[in-house]
Amino acid sequence: MSESIINEQEEAIKVDYEKGNFSFPEDYTYDAGTGLNEETVAYISKVKNEAEWVKEFRLKALEIFNKKPMPTHWASKDLENIVFDNIRYYLSKGQKPSRTWDEVPDDVKETFERLGIPEQERKFLAGVEAQFDSEAAYSRMKEDLEKEGVIFVGSTEGLEKYPEIFRPYFGKVIPSADNKFSALNSAVFSGGSFIYVPKGVKLKQPLQAYFRINAENFGQFERTLIIADEGSEITYMEGCTAPKFETATLHSAVVELVALKNAKIQYITVQNWSNNVFNLVTKRAHAEENAEVKWIDCNIGSRLTMKYPGVVLKGRKARGEVLSIALANDGQHQDTGAKMIHLADETSSNIISKSISIGKGRSTYRGQVHMPKHLKNCKNNTECDALLINTNSRTDTYPAITTRGEGNTVQHEASVSKVSAEQIFYMMQRGLSEGEAMSLAVNGFVNDLLKAFPMEYSVELKRLIDMEMEGSVG
Amino acid sequence: MQSLEITNLNVNIDGQPILKDFSLNIPKGEIHALMGPNGTGKSTLAKVIAGHEDYEVTSGEILLNGESILGKEPDEISLAGLFLAFQYPLEIPGVSIANFIRAAKQARLPENESINAVEYYKELYDKMDALKIDRKFTARSLNEGFSGGEKKRCEVLQMSMLEPDYCIMDETDSGLDIDALKIVADGVNLMRSPERGFLIITHYQRLLDYIIPDVVHVMYDGKIVHSGDAELAKELESKGYDWVKDSFVSSLAQ
Repeated sequence: MSESIINEQEEAIKVDYEKGNFSFPEDYTYDAGTGLNEETVAYISKVKNEAEWVKEFRLKALEIFNKKPMPTHWASKDLENIVFDNIRYYLSKGQKPSRTWDEVPDDVKETFERLGIPEQERKFLAGVEAQFDSEAAYSRMKEDLEKEGVIFVGSTEGLEKYPEIFRPYFGKVIPSADNKFSALNSAVFSGGSFIYVPKGVKLKQPLQAYFRINAENFGQFERTLIIADEGSEITYMEGCTAPKFETATLHSAVVELVALKNAKIQYITVQNWSNNVFNLVTKRAHAEENAEVKWIDCNIGSRLTMKYPGVVLKGRKARGEVLSIALANDGQHQDTGAKMIHLADETSSNIISKSISIGKGRSTYRGQVHMPKHLKNCKNNTECDALLINTNSRTDTYPAITTRGEGNTVQHEASVSKVSAEQIFYMMQRGLSEGEAMSLAVNGFVNDLLKAFPMEYSVELKRLIDMEMEGSVG
Repeated sequence: MQSLEITNLNVNIDGQPILKDFSLNIPKGEIHALMGPNGTGKSTLAKVIAGHEDYEVTSGEILLNGESILGKEPDEISLAGLFLAFQYPLEIPGVSIANFIRAAKQARLPENESINAVEYYKELYDKMDALKIDRKFTARSLNEGFSGGEKKRCEVLQMSMLEPDYCIMDETDSGLDIDALKIVADGVNLMRSPERGFLIITHYQRLLDYIIPDVVHVMYDGKIVHSGDAELAKELESKGYDWVKDSFVSSLAQ
C-alpha cells in the first residue's frame, strides 16, 4: 500500500472523537417526559402515527420488560444503577428526515458537520442516515441504488410504507422476550435503519448510520432491520457519540439481520460513546443457505457495554463471523462476545475477539457456540486474546461451547498477555513517548485482526486507539 | 563538551549500592570497551544512562554533550542522541520491524513533518543489505521468535537507522556464534566515525578482535579499577578476572 493512499484515507475520515464532547441547548417539539409506563409508549406511538399492530407490539413488549428481572445473576451489578424512572424515552424536533443537509436544523447540522459525517458521505459512502436523539435528521441514499430497488429508511417509515417487506422479519430474529433490554427497545424503539437489498443487488459502497445523543438523561433506542435478499451484498456501518454529561445515559438498540440464500451482510460498528453511557445492545442475524454474515464490532467508549452479536446459521453451508475489539479504559467495562448457533449441516463460524484493559478498565468475553447432535461437518473456530496494561485491569473469559454429533469440529484458543514496563522502556529508548509506545503495543496486538477490516475503518480505529492510549498516560 | 561524561555516579538498587563513584568519559570518535565479571554493575550502568526508572541515583552526574540527562525520560535521552543496544531485546508482537523503526524515526522529526516512505525504505533496505539481514525481515514482528543472533543484528540495524551520537552496546556479543559476531562487528565498524562515541560492554575479549577499541576499562565492584589500550583486553583474557582482583582491587582497598 503506498503512502499517498494511506494519507488520503486518513484524510477522508478525519473524525476526531474528542470533538464528540459538546451539546446544543435543547429544543424539542415532542417530548415523552421522564419515566416509562403505558402512556409513554402510547405517546410515542401516537407521535409516530403508527398502525395499531405496532402499538400493540410495543405495549406487549412493555409488559415483558416490566416482568423480566435484571440479569444481574450473571451480569455486572452496575446495571442496578440504571434508574428507568429518570430516563427520557422520546425527544424529537418533529420533522421528517431531510434529504439535503441544507434542510437540517442548524444545531443538528453543525453537530454532524463537527463529527465529519457529510464529508465522509461525499468521499466514500453510498448512503447516510444521521440520527439525533430519537429521530433521524438526515437520510439520503445515492439515486442509482434507489432505482435498483434498495430501500434505506428509518424504522417508522419502514413499518408504515413497506410492511409487506419488513413485518415478516420484524421482531422475529430477536423476539421482544429475548432479554430485558430487547423488550425495552421493542416498547420504545425509534429511529435506526430499515434496509432491503433486492435479489442479486450488490452494494459496492457502504451505507452508514450515525447515532448521536444530545440531551441529558436521555435514552436512545434505535431499531435496525436489514434484509439482504438472495444473492445480494451489503456493508453497513454505524458510529456513535454522546457528550460527557454528569448523569448516566442509556443506549439500548436492537439490530436484526436477515441474509437470505447466497446473500452477504457485513455489519461494522465503531462504538465510541462517552463514559457515562450504558450501552446494552442486542444484535443477531439469520443466515440462510450459503449466506454469510460478518459482524465487525469495535467498542472503545461507554461506561458499560453488554453486547454479543450472534449468527443463527439456519441453512446449509451458511457462514458466520464475529471479529471484535474492545478497549476498556479506567471506569469502563466492556462485556462483549459472540453467539454462533449452528442449525444446519456444513455450517461454519469464526470468532476472533481481542480485548485491551487499561488501568482500572475491565473486559469480559462471553461466547456461546451451539452445535446440536444431528448436524454434520460443522466447524467453529474461536480465539480470544486479552491484553492487560498495568496491574489494576481485569479480564475474564466465559466461553460456553456445546458440541455434539460426529464430524463437527470446534477449536478454542485463549491468551492473556501484558504490556510490560520493560517493553515500554525498550520502545521509549528508541525515542517514542510513553503514550506512543503503548499505542504501538496495542496496535500490534490488534494488528492481525485490523487487516481483516475494510481499510477506512482500520485507519479510523487505529486513530481512536492512539487517542485512548495518549489519554491514558498520566 | 562533545562527549558522554559520567562523573562520580552512585546508584542503588533496593538500597544496595551497585555503582560506586563511577566515572567515565567517552569523547566522540572513540570506542571504549568496558569489561568486568558478572554482577559488577555493567548492565546497571547502561540502563541508568538510558534513563530506566528502577534505579536510585544517589549522587553524581551524566552529561551528554555537556547537558545533564540524569532524571530525564528514556525517550528524551534517546532523542538527545543516545542509543542502547539491549542485552535482551524485548519482543513486541504485531509490530513489524519496518513500522517500529519508522515510528522511531518519525519521533525525531518536527511535529508537522512526516517521513518520506520511499526514501525510508531505500535507506532501510540498504542498511539491511549491509548487515546481511534478509529483506523479508521487515514484515516480521519485532524480535518475536528471533534467534539470539537475529535479535542482535536487529539492534544494530536500529542503531544504524537512528544514527545516534553515542551507542552503548550491552553484551551484544553474548549468545552469538562467530558469524553473527562478525556481522555485528561489521555494523559497528561501518558506523565508526569521528562524530560518534561507543561504549562496548562485554564479558569476553573475543568481540574486541573485530572491533578494536581505543580504550579498555576494567570494572570491578561498581567502579573502573584499571584502564588501558586494546592490549589490556587480551591480557585480561589470558590472566582472568582474578588477576584484576589481585592486582588492582586489593591495592585500591588499602
